[in-house]
Amino acid sequence: MEPVVIQALDVSKCYRLGVIGRDALMNDAAAAWQRIRGRSGKPALPDPHGKEQRVGDWFWSLRGVSFDVRQGDVLGILGRNGAGKSTLLKLLSRISVPTSGNIRMRGRVSSLLEVGTGFHPELSGRENIYLNGAILGMRKTEIDRKLDEIIAFSGIEHHLDSPIKRYSSGMKVRLGFSVAAHLDPEILIVDEVLAVGDAEFQKKCLGSMREVADGGRTILFVSHNVVSVQSLCSRVIWLESGLVRREGDTEELVRDYLNTYTHQHSEQSWPDGEGPGTEEIRLVSVRAVSADPSGAFTTEATVRVELEFDNTGIRDADLDVRLQVRTGNDAIAFSSDLSAALPATLWNMGRCKVSCEIPGHLLNSNTYRFHVFTFRQGRVLFKAEDVLSFDVHEGARSGSTFRKMPGAVRPMLTWQR
Amino acid sequence: MTRDATPEASAQWDVSVSADRPWWQLGLGEVWRYRDLLLLLVRRDLIAVYKQTVLGPAWQVLQPLLTSIMFAVVFGLMARMSLPGIPPLLFYMSALVPWGLFNGVVTRISQTLVWNSALMTKVYFPRLVPPLATLLSTGFSFVIQISAFFLFAIGYALAGRFTWNMGIEALAVPVLLLVLLALAFGLGLLVASLSVRYRDLSFLIGFVLQLLMYMSPVIFPLSRVDEGSGLRALLEANPMTPILEGFRAALFGLPMDWGTVLYSVAWAAVALVGGLFLFQRVQRSFADVI
Repeated sequence: MEPVVIQALDVSKCYRLGVIGRDALMNDAAAAWQRIRGRSGKPALPDPHGKEQRVGDWFWSLRGVSFDVRQGDVLGILGRNGAGKSTLLKLLSRISVPTSGNIRMRGRVSSLLEVGTGFHPELSGRENIYLNGAILGMRKTEIDRKLDEIIAFSGIEHHLDSPIKRYSSGMKVRLGFSVAAHLDPEILIVDEVLAVGDAEFQKKCLGSMREVADGGRTILFVSHNVVSVQSLCSRVIWLESGLVRREGDTEELVRDYLNTYTHQHSEQSWPDGEGPGTEEIRLVSVRAVSADPSGAFTTEATVRVELEFDNTGIRDADLDVRLQVRTGNDAIAFSSDLSAALPATLWNMGRCKVSCEIPGHLLNSNTYRFHVFTFRQGRVLFKAEDVLSFDVHEGARSGSTFRKMPGAVRPMLTWQR
Repeated sequence: MTRDATPEASAQWDVSVSADRPWWQLGLGEVWRYRDLLLLLVRRDLIAVYKQTVLGPAWQVLQPLLTSIMFAVVFGLMARMSLPGIPPLLFYMSALVPWGLFNGVVTRISQTLVWNSALMTKVYFPRLVPPLATLLSTGFSFVIQISAFFLFAIGYALAGRFTWNMGIEALAVPVLLLVLLALAFGLGLLVASLSVRYRDLSFLIGFVLQLLMYMSPVIFPLSRVDEGSGLRALLEANPMTPILEGFRAALFGLPMDWGTVLYSVAWAAVALVGGLFLFQRVQRSFADVI
């Protein structure tokens, strides 16, 4: 088994809520005075392992987190906003220290929370390569050696001697990333913000991270983006409310993660005047009905989606309804417009029903989320997001494969031979 | 959960992140490993300031020179504050240059944490590196300025306007410089650490330094102030007074009062230890507060 290169032992981090002002000064002064007089050593912190995450002004962002990372692991740290990901990232990057517990690491650690940290606008591209490299922990001789490679990778040879305040933001990112890509660490800690930006940059980013991973190096990837975690990581730690909720293989854990956080509802209705909409027209209810006798949503069964509106102001045909279907990890599977099938629908006042059918053998075994958009004269009137959300299960198996088929949808195509 | 408990494995951790690091562990070894960053930051400080200026680094000399000329004209015309036989320009420069170093180090180090906060909340490096870089770059300016002083002194001497009898006392300059730097570095770190939480201090420090300058024998020699007067007591309480008087004595070959310098040394020691202590405490939680 590979040796452990990162070990977190009972790591907790406490933050004090509230603003710094006159009160804080008085409190600090009082606390310092108490300490001088030898009354109490330190302000008493609540127990990190207690039931409550928030105790008075204290907030435990992490509560006794422990894990091991072995050499060559590509570990994803998954969690929703406020789960403690950013705090853990800060501790791993040594930007902050834990309130209790410790993290130990072996080997050369680089952490990338942004690209181009410490760029100085007045300095030239070349000077900034050295500055940025040194900030990330590279030695000057090392940068000397890699300079040509870094310059070639960035593709901005011609602007290298002008101050970077004249660079476009894209050029700055490329320069910053070129430096980061040549860091050559044994442990790489990356924030998901690195994976944003244009698609090409994202690909380059993930690609070079995979290169690092293939080189037997260890990566820690902190994210709430399930797709990038799935494509990159072999193991995942799932954080929730400052605790490690689970730790395990990516596939299984990501599935459970999605199930937990995707609220299942195949039907929803709102009281009068409270549904999503405008003064003129509002959603009253949304419902998905499976044609399967059991009522379960399967890959084979037709699904009928029924929408009910309360119309108080639209009499003409200028209203369009769109159903947008997304997968659990928020990729758009498909969209369909009412006007495509029924070009000129006159709307009546009062309750209006609209429905559509999603044919069987189209949906995959996946979580799906439904959004409803309405348009008037080509402009969005209102959006109702996540009005429905449910899992589609595997129907009776036909075909040779028993593995889950990848894809946002799984239409049954017409095959011939 | 399985733990790697073999003794050889647990002994080889390179990095340990935990709350309990004693303040006297300054991590100077780590600072040494980041020496390239230190030098690059010094370079950045020296170069970036003068980008897009016509005169460039000449401003390093021009700034104290213009101030000295201004003082020489204003105070020279109004009240002859200089010592007999010393041209006013040299007299003012001899104290303005070290004062400028003190002022620069305290002011700039006190801002170093807040100014570099974008850097420090994104990446780890030894937190002592930016203040040390500031110390070095300000020190570099001092070297240029003191060289300019010597050039002017030689010029005056060659022109026969000034008999320069600098002698063995000049050896005191490095010692005084060390005391000055320790005092300024310590005070700078103290203010820097406190202003992370209370930004008010960064506004206050400018006034305090200005006040301190008028409480120092920068624009007049200490001997011009009546002994036993309240002003004299204030001046003597100022730890910068012996240092500035010492600089003058060393540069112009006047008698040196080592006893009062010891007073400054005591101040410097307290400031340095206090500054490092507070800085070490603050830097750990720095990213949480800024």
